Amino acid sequence: MKDTHAICLTVNGREHELAVEARRTLADVLRHDLGYTGTHLGCEHGVCGACTIILDNAPVRACLVFGVQADGAEVRTVEGLADGEQLSDLQQAFSDHHALQCGFCTPGFLMLAEAYLAEATDREEDQLTEEQVRELVASNLCRCTGYQGIVEAVLATARTRRSRPKGAT
Amino acid sequence: MSHWVGAAVPRKEDRRLLLGRGRFVADLARPGLLHAAFVRSPHAHAEVRNIDAGAARKAPGVTAVFTAADLGYPHLLALLERDEFVPTRMPILAGDTVRFVGEPVAIVIADDAYQAEDAAETVQADWVPQRSVTSIEAAKADTAPRLHEKAQGNRLVDLLMFDDDRLAEIFADAPVTVDATFESARVAALPLEGRACLAEWDDRDDQLVVHVSTQVPHQVRSGVAQALGVPERTVRIIAPDVGGGFGLKCVVGREEVAVAAAALRLRQPVCWAEDRQENLTASFHGHEQRYQVRAAFSADGRILALDAEVDCDTGAYSAFPFTCAVEPLMAATELPGVYKVPAYRARGRAIATNKAPAAPYRGVSRPQIVLVMERLMEKAAAALKLEPLEVRRRNLIGPGEFPYRGVNNITYDEGSYRESLDLAERQVAQKAWTAERDRLRRAGQRAGIGYACFSERTAYGTPTMSQRRMRMTPGYDTAMVRMDPTGEVIVTTGTCGHGQGHETTFAQIVADRLGVHPDRVRLRQGDTDLASYGWGTWGSRSVVIGGGAAGRAADIVATRLRRVAASLLEASPADVELTDGTARIRGDDTAAIPIPELARVAHFQADRLAEDLRYGLEARASFDPPGTFSNACHVAMVTIDPGTCAVRLHRYLVVEDCGVVINPVVVDGQVRGGVTQGVAAALLERVCFDPDGQPLSATLMDYLAPTAAEMCDVDIVHLQTPSSFSETGAKGMGEGGTIGAPAAVLNAINDALSDTSVRFDHIPVLPQHVSAALDGAAR
Repeated sequence: MKDTHAICLTVNGREHELAVEARRTLADVLRHDLGYTGTHLGCEHGVCGACTIILDNAPVRACLVFGVQADGAEVRTVEGLADGEQLSDLQQAFSDHHALQCGFCTPGFLMLAEAYLAEATDREEDQLTEEQVRELVASNLCRCTGYQGIVEAVLATARTRRSRPKGAT
Repeated sequence: MSHWVGAAVPRKEDRRLLLGRGRFVADLARPGLLHAAFVRSPHAHAEVRNIDAGAARKAPGVTAVFTAADLGYPHLLALLERDEFVPTRMPILAGDTVRFVGEPVAIVIADDAYQAEDAAETVQADWVPQRSVTSIEAAKADTAPRLHEKAQGNRLVDLLMFDDDRLAEIFADAPVTVDATFESARVAALPLEGRACLAEWDDRDDQLVVHVSTQVPHQVRSGVAQALGVPERTVRIIAPDVGGGFGLKCVVGREEVAVAAAALRLRQPVCWAEDRQENLTASFHGHEQRYQVRAAFSADGRILALDAEVDCDTGAYSAFPFTCAVEPLMAATELPGVYKVPAYRARGRAIATNKAPAAPYRGVSRPQIVLVMERLMEKAAAALKLEPLEVRRRNLIGPGEFPYRGVNNITYDEGSYRESLDLAERQVAQKAWTAERDRLRRAGQRAGIGYACFSERTAYGTPTMSQRRMRMTPGYDTAMVRMDPTGEVIVTTGTCGHGQGHETTFAQIVADRLGVHPDRVRLRQGDTDLASYGWGTWGSRSVVIGGGAAGRAADIVATRLRRVAASLLEASPADVELTDGTARIRGDDTAAIPIPELARVAHFQADRLAEDLRYGLEARASFDPPGTFSNACHVAMVTIDPGTCAVRLHRYLVVEDCGVVINPVVVDGQVRGGVTQGVAAALLERVCFDPDGQPLSATLMDYLAPTAAEMCDVDIVHLQTPSSFSETGAKGMGEGGTIGAPAAVLNAINDALSDTSVRFDHIPVLPQHVSAALDGAAR
């Protein structure tokens, strides 16, 4: 008998109720049970960060969280970044700065940066430095780009968000 | 004509990937999809007496378990038609012998991946461990166990490629001789998406459709068809979005064939997505090589002769279709590189060991041969008390010497070998690198600057590849360009991009030829039923060969469009210009027809056209060049922490020449990514085993890939020397970053240690190596 549990979670604003096996990772729940395949699995042991999602406002590795642990949680995945067909500023910056090549690691970097930028904007701390962004981006692995474009894209997004009047989106 | 070629056109690929709407193999869903897991050998070398899958077959959710016997002992056989080559059958599932830890012996098929893995753990085998060999040295020993019966000394290839009989005399008379041994560690290509496949039987097309994360769809088709003994028509390979390859996916994986075989038997869709441990231990590795080199120099620093013995640790089998000869043949053929070597001897060997097989990882022997030559230049300069850059200049193939015919019987097309070094040196001076290095040194750091000059042979066509005498000789590619009735253009190609931006760059090439916007051009790739037989994406070949074929096919369509326009406008085809989506008559501002209107007429009102202009707007063309050489000069500055002995990359400069740049954004991206992999090979990465062949680098906590924190910005300066050997003037450039970086970084490390007697001739240089060497030198 499978050890299944009923859970309820919100993904990109949409509520889902489903039964999941206790051992099923949140990554597999999102990808295979709910169809959010934008979240990718690169190592399944928490190092590469390709599966990074935002769980209750914090960036987490979806391969290290069980689906049952997300019961009652708010999840944001890469599919929730754009406004309909309109790329978000961060997504556009990734394209502008050639921050992706094969694109497999990209959703993880986007969610990592999105969670960080949201928090940094709230803190209203001093302008982010390249070194801070490198430190942040070092959480995840990319094998194609050499990271320069990713660092530039995150920095550029941080600058434009900061220069925007408060409360504007 | 050139309007889009050279422009920084934003990548068409980005949007879907950024939205999370890319489609990778593991994203595919099918009703009733079954999942595969493999039972793998825990021994580096063992006889397999009996495999008991009884418990697995009864485990929850399990549909089937197949062993080699169940599948009829299928295998992949990569062949070189040379007497010096020992073929190795790579069984899809090992039957009676396993030759490395991780070799698959059974495939378990279940309702989900969790159940498949659970069941795989219950499969019992009787292993009779054998003595194993895990190094080149051990494998060559007289007493070494043989991995393959016919391979004496475990030599799968042993080729004396060049043997100038003047060598003994030249070395005897030379003012200076440099002797050295160089080594590079086994590394992993490590695409972020591991290997993956989904196979499904299609009754309607009487065909097995296999979705594979691959660089070479047609070779996977050939491999599956050969291994399973079915006609190629009955197999269709589709590569959807591919999450990086770097060579790991330009060979055929036995797991792909096993999954195909299972789907064929079960007539149900079966998928498999490699996990990272399988990827690091049981897929393919590369670059484990040792060079024993002698070089003779004149008193003024000119190289007189070069003599090299090259051993490549190729693991347990020849990978399909390239064979294990890829590394030794490349090394022995191309070692002289950018330097004028008058006399040459080179012997290359592939040595079998009880480790995962080698595949052509990014750079293929060039990172090593460049490291060898660049270290030799430094060593000769030191021995002769000359400036190292001056010694390079005296030996570089210079302006006016192209096309240059080398001692290795290779013809080098136009390059800027001398110019790129000169420009790099000027850039370093302008940016005051030397002053910065000296400042760091005064502040108590060790700091050093290193150079590497090299060329990168790319886009090997059949004329070049045939010299290797492979049973499956790659090289050409074929494109189809078709304009639909609305004026949209569809290009099919046998190349298979996986991050290189081909959807964008091919569109740029074709758009210029047809006078349309690149947004009107759609590339279709990665589907064996769509494209003519092609050779995929590797060896920096796609934009030159695939793009060249697309350009040629587009030219034929453009000629037809001009004739259609001329016919409708009652003008001469020679006067028709195709620009900005419109056919215009030169010198007549009033005569113009939008290209979509030409397409409409050609398809829907063919009767308005002469017989030979009717029936569509499409053309097929092939391209098969001899190969082109990109070139570059890399300069690295590193620091060495005096306490931890950790080497850090501090600055990096690339002066690079890949001929006509199709898209500068894409080119810079390839350079930066390539440099990062080369720096990683120099400072971080190595696949490790214990003496019994047990893998010690099976996770990303043990195999250290670089993060953003280990890298610095890479400054890039372009020179453009168009190639007359290429259709577009472009040269391939996908590997250069990885080729030049190890040598530049290693030279920088040695410069940082120049006040000591310590010199390194191996990669990676790890903190423990620096620490031990400095302790030894102080003693």
